[in-house]
Amino acid sequence: MAARFGAALILALVVVAVWFLADSNFVLRVATLVFIYGLAAIGLNILVGDAGQVSLGHAGFLGIGAYAVAIGPASLGLHPLLALVAGVLLAGVLALVIGRPILRLRGFALAVATLGLGILIAMVINNEAWLTGGPDGMRVGRLELFGWRARGTDTWYWIAAAALIFGAIVASSLKASPTGRALRAVHDSEVAAMVAGIDVARYKSAAFVISAVYAAIAGGLLALYDGFVTPDVAGYLTSIEIITMVVLGGMGSVLGAVVGAVILTALPQMLTAFAEYEHMVLGLIMMAVMIGLRAGIVPSLAALFGGVLRRVR
Amino acid sequence: MTSLAADGIGIAFGGVRALDGITFETAEAGVTAIIGPNGAGKTTLFNILTGVYRPGRGRVRLFGEDVTGEPPFRLAERGLSRTFQNLQVFFRMTALENVMVGHHLGESHNVLRHLLPLPAVFAGERRAREAARAELAHVGLEGVANRSAASLSYGELKRLEIARALAAKPRVLLLDEPAAGCNAVETEALSTLIRRLAGEGIAVILVEHDMAMVMSLSDRVIVLDQGRIIADGPPDAVRTDPAVRTAYLGADG
Amino acid sequence: MTAELLQFAFSGLTVGAVYALVALGFTLIYNASGVINFAQGEFVMIGGMTTVFLAAAGVPLPIAAIVAIGAAVLIGILLWALAIEPARGAPPIALIIITIGASIFLRGLAQIVFDKQFHALPPITGDAPIRIGGATVLPQTFWVLGGGFAVVVLLTLFLERTLLGKAVLATAANRLAARLVGINTAMVVCLSFAVSAGIGAFAGILITPITLTSYDVGTLLALKGFAAAMLGGIGNPVGAVAGGLLVGLIEAFGAGLISSDYKDAFAFFVILAVLFFMPAGLFGRRAVERV
Repeated sequence: MAARFGAALILALVVVAVWFLADSNFVLRVATLVFIYGLAAIGLNILVGDAGQVSLGHAGFLGIGAYAVAIGPASLGLHPLLALVAGVLLAGVLALVIGRPILRLRGFALAVATLGLGILIAMVINNEAWLTGGPDGMRVGRLELFGWRARGTDTWYWIAAAALIFGAIVASSLKASPTGRALRAVHDSEVAAMVAGIDVARYKSAAFVISAVYAAIAGGLLALYDGFVTPDVAGYLTSIEIITMVVLGGMGSVLGAVVGAVILTALPQMLTAFAEYEHMVLGLIMMAVMIGLRAGIVPSLAALFGGVLRRVR
Repeated sequence: MTSLAADGIGIAFGGVRALDGITFETAEAGVTAIIGPNGAGKTTLFNILTGVYRPGRGRVRLFGEDVTGEPPFRLAERGLSRTFQNLQVFFRMTALENVMVGHHLGESHNVLRHLLPLPAVFAGERRAREAARAELAHVGLEGVANRSAASLSYGELKRLEIARALAAKPRVLLLDEPAAGCNAVETEALSTLIRRLAGEGIAVILVEHDMAMVMSLSDRVIVLDQGRIIADGPPDAVRTDPAVRTAYLGADG
Repeated sequence: MTAELLQFAFSGLTVGAVYALVALGFTLIYNASGVINFAQGEFVMIGGMTTVFLAAAGVPLPIAAIVAIGAAVLIGILLWALAIEPARGAPPIALIIITIGASIFLRGLAQIVFDKQFHALPPITGDAPIRIGGATVLPQTFWVLGGGFAVVVLLTLFLERTLLGKAVLATAANRLAARLVGINTAMVVCLSFAVSAGIGAFAGILITPITLTSYDVGTLLALKGFAAAMLGGIGNPVGAVAGGLLVGLIEAFGAGLISSDYKDAFAFFVILAVLFFMPAGLFGRRAVERV
């Protein structure tokens, strides 16, 4: 058990440690963002790292989750939690419908198709201003449960942390199951996977749906936490950020996805004083890590330190 | 009862006829060898029989049912398995995990259950791991179970593919050059294994260049040349067939 | 009505020519190295922005343009030497991240070296519109179309008539075989980055008088150029040019006849549809997978 859920265990320890060590609300707010993006990255890692299928448009699903909790209560009078569920369902169904045809494509064709999908979703959000507020974005109501309102830095820190750890447990369970093995088989050799009886199209599509659901939950949490959404959440750059988290941290590694989220989320926050140089630094880090540590940070370090870290992957 | 049957199979790549009018039936058990010079179409035939390619013409039947054009995973459900000439190993996994993938057909396919840390799923994993260990022992690979597949030798990978194919409990097994890269001792062990499988009621079809192995092991030999069957019969009859000698040694041979 | 359609066709072909040149850049680099260079759009931006700032500093336009192209070529070579060559043999996804990182870096650099404003260039031969069959066409349109055509012709001549060009073609056909017959394939890849960068910068200079430029125009151009290259069948230069013009036309007619809000969406919609039915693109050949 300890080995199987090592990643979740480490995350739990880090969450508690950060809570005690944080000397300002700023740190907790950045950590909350890291947890939420980390959740999206863990989900995308199932598709990219385990099943080996690229998606350059996953922010589209993030956007669906985010706008569901914005639009649901505002336009349909839905409870925010119900709106979140609806958004997650919408993202899952869309991924299911579009996943089969899109995942027949390979390599760069898949990259451009997912890119197109993400851009189409972002464009709908941008243009249907009557519903989404357009480029200006829209306000998101507070999450309220039985008279208790989710507000304040501390509350959201723990909500995001719980979601992250739950997401890590689910991902680790999947990894250690026949489905996880089937996904990794598809990654290595589709033809051998098929000969072993694996319905390759079904498993690819399952990975796509699961990763879309993760993204939609993360998007919904992000919107509820911020109290505001803009179309940027669904944009191309966000898609690139999430997949960079996955690849930078280490494909196939649950912990790696979170490490990637730390780098891409926390770093810009720390560089706000040098806002002008943010893009240059981000670009440099992306290039340097991929040249120096091709397998990603966590797997490369794990290989370096041998068996100690290998257990927690 | 026939196991695997081809009815007039033909396929062309870019106008070049790779296979033409291939027709044969195999018995429910026993060893059938498909031999022929390089480029005769042996691997292409394997790819058609296992659903990797769709034939341009003709039908494939498995246990009497028409399975032409069915994807490989459906054929696997019907009891067909194979190995590859150009290795198709899961190189990011350990040897043991490779064989565990072979158990896929016998495992739960409920993805939702696999998302949760359920004790039943863990127990299933333990069983699969133990079974896979036994299957690795079958091909003499128990010593490398936890090594990464990428670190194994060519001969070991060939046997790993056989173990993975056997894990699916096939009734028809196609082996594409199983003895390639094996030394004499390993080839002998492989022959013993194949003979035992045939004895257990599995129909084994193999493509192989090691003629000594083919002649001693097979119940029947089919000879392909330039996409056609030029001889089909027991090893002794095929060995002395003049058409076969010509195909292998040239017209003057 | 026909005048209107003609108008859409002209504006479609104009932006399409730029997409075609970007797609051509993608294709050159892909054929030489197997890398999809997501920083391709930044070359277009560098071409436009450098010319704008040099011209503003009093440098005559033709010299500014030449210096801008030279700067882009230099950056292309640096990109290859510092980021692509050291990562040789890395998995495709790592190379995607590297070139996207390069594009983000170059955008950040441009934002500091230049600024975050939109800029225009004066058209080469004035801005008195020409009337053709009821449509009004800017003279610059002909410069874009003519320039694009010239690039395609020159590139074809280079590839088919020169020894170096033949080395590029041989490398594209089979990298290992090319190396075996003594072609320096690393040099060919370097050359492909240099030429792609130059073509991109040239396109950026030609189009800036019509569409303006800023530090971040590269992203969308790269995405559409990539889409155009995929539409035509990746690796096929003729397909890249056809794909680029097609994407431009789809955009112009979609924006004119259906909705200008979704101008950028039509291209991707069509590409999704094409890929669903023809995964290898319009001009690509379906490869038989060998197992």
